[in-house]
Amino acid sequence: MKRARVVFAGAIHEATPFDGKLRLSSGRLVKEDLVTWLPPFEPQTAFALGLNYADHASELSFNAPDEPLVFLKGPNTFVGHKGETERPEDVTFMHYECELAVIIGKTARNVKKEDAYDYVAGYTIANDYAFRDYLENYYRPNLRVKNRDYCTPLGPWFVDRDDIKDPMDLKLRTYVNGELTQEGSTKNMIFGIPQLIEYLSSFMTLSTGDVILTGTPKGTVNVNVGDEVITEIEGLGQLSNTIINRT
Amino acid sequence: MKKVWFKPSGHREAIVASFDQAASSLMYEGIRRNIEELQYDTIVSGTVYGTLLNFKGALAKMGESTYQEPYNKPPQAPILYIKPRNTLTSHHQPIPLPKDVDQLQIGPTLGVVIGRTASRVKKHEAHHYITGYTIANDVTVPHDSVFRPAVKHRARDGFCPIGPWIVEKESLDSPDHLSIRAWVNGKLVLENTTKNLLRSVGELLEDVTEFMTLRKGDTLLVGVPEEAPLVKANDVVRIHIDGVGLLENTIIHEFEVSQKGSDRS
Repeated sequence: MKRARVVFAGAIHEATPFDGKLRLSSGRLVKEDLVTWLPPFEPQTAFALGLNYADHASELSFNAPDEPLVFLKGPNTFVGHKGETERPEDVTFMHYECELAVIIGKTARNVKKEDAYDYVAGYTIANDYAFRDYLENYYRPNLRVKNRDYCTPLGPWFVDRDDIKDPMDLKLRTYVNGELTQEGSTKNMIFGIPQLIEYLSSFMTLSTGDVILTGTPKGTVNVNVGDEVITEIEGLGQLSNTIINRT
Repeated sequence: MKKVWFKPSGHREAIVASFDQAASSLMYEGIRRNIEELQYDTIVSGTVYGTLLNFKGALAKMGESTYQEPYNKPPQAPILYIKPRNTLTSHHQPIPLPKDVDQLQIGPTLGVVIGRTASRVKKHEAHHYITGYTIANDVTVPHDSVFRPAVKHRARDGFCPIGPWIVEKESLDSPDHLSIRAWVNGKLVLENTTKNLLRSVGELLEDVTEFMTLRKGDTLLVGVPEEAPLVKANDVVRIHIDGVGLLENTIIHEFEVSQKGSDRS
């Protein structure tokens, strides 16, 4: 099953796709363009991976890391499907990052990779924008680069774990104004989902609602004000976002 | 007497009390209680953000290395990190010593608790966005390199005792000249003051909210002073900040900490 969280007529609803429309939990059918999309769940601790695809690491002139390069994100940074993300005027390079987001479904501590999927509730798409101009070499990438307001679109759907046969074999694609600019496969992650859950839970407790953004493949290009950026993952749908000016 | 908010163990909501520093007591619901008689739950409700290298002495200690690889130049913007919910704990809760390390570095610091949505705040109006102040022990596994985010060092379970209460901002003249002291097993091991912050509380709020919004209940830790001491199993760490209160925790081997203590959310 897949479900969204939407605002319709002044209230927040859970919604499922039905016949090209959205079916609210009350049973009412509404057109998609009449709702505002929220992130499909409220992220608790949010992890993101840097350099987790060998081709993207070499694109940025880095060697693939020996240990997962993990950073954290705050709740201010998430925005739903069809949301807007600001591009500051002084920035010369802002890039999208299409990423598979893995949502944790129960308390996890010292989990072995063989058991890791027992702790997964589902998946969604994340677009983990970065602003290269703001990179500094302290706890890099830092929050000014990765935790700006509304700079991490998430959605549209929370897709149940069992609906995705092999999350380690999904095509990822990004389109900027309809043109394909990024293409990869989750097959090429350096640290896959089971390894990441094993790694993180080896030193801290994960809980329901925590989420892991698993990194992005090669093909991150600069985007500008007015661009429509669609990040797509096989089986999870398409997440749309528009770049606006920050004044 | 100062107005504070605290959460007695088991209470769903924070309650208001009067803190009498001289008498070491909290007065609430008409009863005076010694502060050590009470059990406290974590008082902060939002996201806790830490700040790296915000004490002048901490940055100075890096010396010329900030001009060398991998840093290349001194930091320009505030360097932040998140202390996620699994790290948050309270007064008298054990700090688990993970089995893969034998020493921890404590991090006595002031927590600035946000009272309303703070975006693009100017330093002279920062106090309007603050509810009050608290104490945190921003514990970390010692690490020399600050090039990559230190999640594995800073985000272990129970690595952020905070509280025991939030003292209302009106009870302090200014957050920018508070003395911070720490004792390990009764011995004074650290003494510093928020006068030595690189970015004062107002400046830090201005520079952080320039790029990210802080929400009601979020807490911004102002930074850890240089020479923060190392501790080992069974050490008792006590932190005192003038006018704010005190926070005490004991380092306990992870395997000795009950599931309840290590699995708080």
